[in-house]
Amino acid sequence: MAIIEVRDLNLYYGEHHALKGISMDIEARSITALIGPSGCGKSTFLRTLNRMNDMIKGVRIEGTVRIGGDDIYADDVDVELLRKRVGMVFQQPNPFPKSIYDNVAFGPRIHGVNDKRELDEIVERSLRQAALWDEVKDVLKKPALSLSGGQQQRLCIARALAVEPDILLMDEPTSALDPISTAKIEELIQELKKDYTIVIVTHNMQQAARVSDRTAFFLQGELVEYGDTVELFHNPRDKRTEDYITGRFG
Amino acid sequence: MERRRAEKHLAVRKWKNRVAAGAFFLATSVGIAALAVLIGAILRDGLPYLTWDFLTNVPSRIPEKAGIRSALFGSLWLMVLTAPVAFVLGVATAIYLEEYAKPGRLTRLIQTNIHNLAGVPSIVFGILGLTLFVRGIGLGRSVLAGALTMALLVLPIIVVAAQEALRAVPSSLRHASYALGATRWQTIRRVVLPAALPSILTGTILAMSRAIGETAPLIMIGALTFVAFVPTSPLDAFTVLPIQIFNWVSRPQEAFHHLAAAGIIVLLVVLLSMNLTAVLLRNKFQKRY
Repeated sequence: MAIIEVRDLNLYYGEHHALKGISMDIEARSITALIGPSGCGKSTFLRTLNRMNDMIKGVRIEGTVRIGGDDIYADDVDVELLRKRVGMVFQQPNPFPKSIYDNVAFGPRIHGVNDKRELDEIVERSLRQAALWDEVKDVLKKPALSLSGGQQQRLCIARALAVEPDILLMDEPTSALDPISTAKIEELIQELKKDYTIVIVTHNMQQAARVSDRTAFFLQGELVEYGDTVELFHNPRDKRTEDYITGRFG
Repeated sequence: MERRRAEKHLAVRKWKNRVAAGAFFLATSVGIAALAVLIGAILRDGLPYLTWDFLTNVPSRIPEKAGIRSALFGSLWLMVLTAPVAFVLGVATAIYLEEYAKPGRLTRLIQTNIHNLAGVPSIVFGILGLTLFVRGIGLGRSVLAGALTMALLVLPIIVVAAQEALRAVPSSLRHASYALGATRWQTIRRVVLPAALPSILTGTILAMSRAIGETAPLIMIGALTFVAFVPTSPLDAFTVLPIQIFNWVSRPQEAFHHLAAAGIIVLLVVLLSMNLTAVLLRNKFQKRY
């Protein structure tokens, strides 16, 4: 069953029609890649799934987005709880200027976990899941900003995992990283698929082909094509998809 | 261009370059020289009088027995009472304006007024303090009335400094917090404020060093010029360093003028150490993100 169901989603930034009639189902415990040229709406779409667009002035949204069957734009929805369920990793690693430990413990703390032992367990589990534990287990009190860029991004993943989300949104998580860090994160994403539903925006088509089960191609606010990744890259149904993946534009 | 002309031109250019450097150095020297002369004169006049007795004695009609204990403690009392009031009100105002207020005509009006308040002559705040605190709520000529007046005086400075500090916190940190399900207050309390605090404290200390040198509003609200005791409660009468200095300078006897110079040294030391703290704080926490 699809964990995310999007129907006829339209989004406007003021006059600008940024997402045009998107309908899309995303399966639980799968990796979905969103690809397309800059400004095509893929990041905007990603941010409708945890309502991060709410913070931008002049945004208007029509249509429905259901996560686990619940309409997340219904009036009685608690945005804080939604975001606990739908975690997010950003393009630039953005750890808080706090210790490694406090970064991971931030989420559990704001949701009311104060017990030291419980926090210790969550921090260790999350860092292990993010494949960072062995590198930082002896320096948990050190500032997060002393880590390398790749480590910082894995810390941000650990921080997102610490609140036990069902879904993890990733907005070009490797675009600021070197190839080795990128490979580590890609490996990690594969691993996380066992427990989480992952939606990843990427500029890098090889990355989409490498990591994802399904791929969605966006162009000028439209969902042009959505399907099995192997299928989409080898037998694109739409001419525009073919042009894009063969590098004729974008 | 032929080579000789270029060479001749080069000489002129280099000459102009030297003149420009000299002119700017001269301009800077004027300020530095004035400061050096000022400090030199004050040290010459005041240093011999700057003794332990001077620091621990209360004012007296006899110059040899006069000291600044009551003024020093008066200034300390004033700071201790002004700082928390101004800090809490100023930071709260900045948080409201930066994080909660919707941008619009009202917010712009408030913003403009805060900037204007920062430019209002301090004596006007003295009149306000006299009306509001001394007479209005009947605090009398107390150190508390003085502190509240001073708090209003430095409030705009703290608000503006705190607003800038809050604005300098990268939005990526706020987004990280919201994306984890934090509320606005949790985000402010746990992410934005800790990141902005060093800059806010720096601004507050600089505002306090403005307050410690202010004289006019305190004379206005009736701080005494001759106080032979240290205030023991916020409702006691008081004097402060600049008023004490002013009092000594206006006396005819030569000896009191030396005492004034010694008092100025004390005031300068207090001021400079506050500013130094602000600079150290800023350097320590610079570039954390």
